[in-house]
Amino acid sequence: ELSLAAFALLFSELVQYCQRRVGSVAELQERLAQLGHHVGLRALDALVARERPGRRETKVLGVLLFVKGPLWRALFGHDADKLEQANDDDRTFYVIEREPLVNTFVSVPRENSSLNCAAFAAGLLEAVLGASGFPARVSAHWHKGTTLMIKFDEAVIARDKSLEGR
Amino acid sequence: MSRQGGRGTESKKMNSELFTLTYGALVTQLCKDYENDEDVNKQLDKMGYNIGVRLIEDFLARSNVGRCHDFRETADVIAKIAFKMYLGITPSITNWSPGGDEFSLILENNPLVDFVELPDNHSTLIYSNLLCGVLRGALEMVQMAVDVKFVQDTLKGDSVTEIRMKFIRRIEDNLPAGEE
Repeated sequence: ELSLAAFALLFSELVQYCQRRVGSVAELQERLAQLGHHVGLRALDALVARERPGRRETKVLGVLLFVKGPLWRALFGHDADKLEQANDDDRTFYVIEREPLVNTFVSVPRENSSLNCAAFAAGLLEAVLGASGFPARVSAHWHKGTTLMIKFDEAVIARDKSLEGR
Repeated sequence: MSRQGGRGTESKKMNSELFTLTYGALVTQLCKDYENDEDVNKQLDKMGYNIGVRLIEDFLARSNVGRCHDFRETADVIAKIAFKMYLGITPSITNWSPGGDEFSLILENNPLVDFVELPDNHSTLIYSNLLCGVLRGALEMVQMAVDVKFVQDTLKGDSVTEIRMKFIRRIEDNLPAGEE
């Protein structure tokens, strides 16, 4: 266990480092997502070995619940607030967090108001889903706090449907 | 070490895994961005320095430690209070120089290096060099110029991880005339 302040200071320095090397908000978010990717891949292996020995999720719902519960608990200390599916699209899901850890200490300057450091968490989640066999695009949005929008590949949903009833 | 509870982030703790992995992502990124390990070491030190400059404020506000009267006291505060507070570990203090201006911190289970193995082609990388910057930056803000470096590292096959701290001089306040 260590202090949240230690993480906050490290993360802030990380964001500033990335900021110095990019020209736009989109690029900055892309960089943060890449770093999140790196963290996600490594967190997944350790976590699966600990929490789900010898077993992996094969259903979309299973993997989403794994993300909302064990993964979020292990990394951020609590479950994600909400998990929702889009009404109009069976490929799209939302992980909603009112106060994401990575944004706790970030004040967004007005000229970059679209910046969302939760891009880091989005990259992390994308890596976890991809490596679990559920390729998806994950993006961060300001909506009901912070929402991570997951858009699964067509193939993932098709496979899930074909598994239904087994 | 007395603390008053209930103020903001005061005693909030977190699992070290996210911290460790995020630090790993940073080092990996730096290794991609810079040609050689020396530059990565320098950049880590610089980022650590920036962190230290801000961390000292947080530390002084939370810990209630007053001014340290000598370097020995400083060593105690760093090892027993600051390391404990931020990284959850307590390094031991050894190898005092006869003049009392140099000592070593011995780190067991450094949380920065969990799950880390250095590939052969990064043999000169000082993986945890950020810590040196943090110590230097934080002490500079309390008017102490200090030289900080790793002299042993378990990642490189040494039996312990050792940070050597050397007091250089006291930084005098040079306020421009007319201030204050």
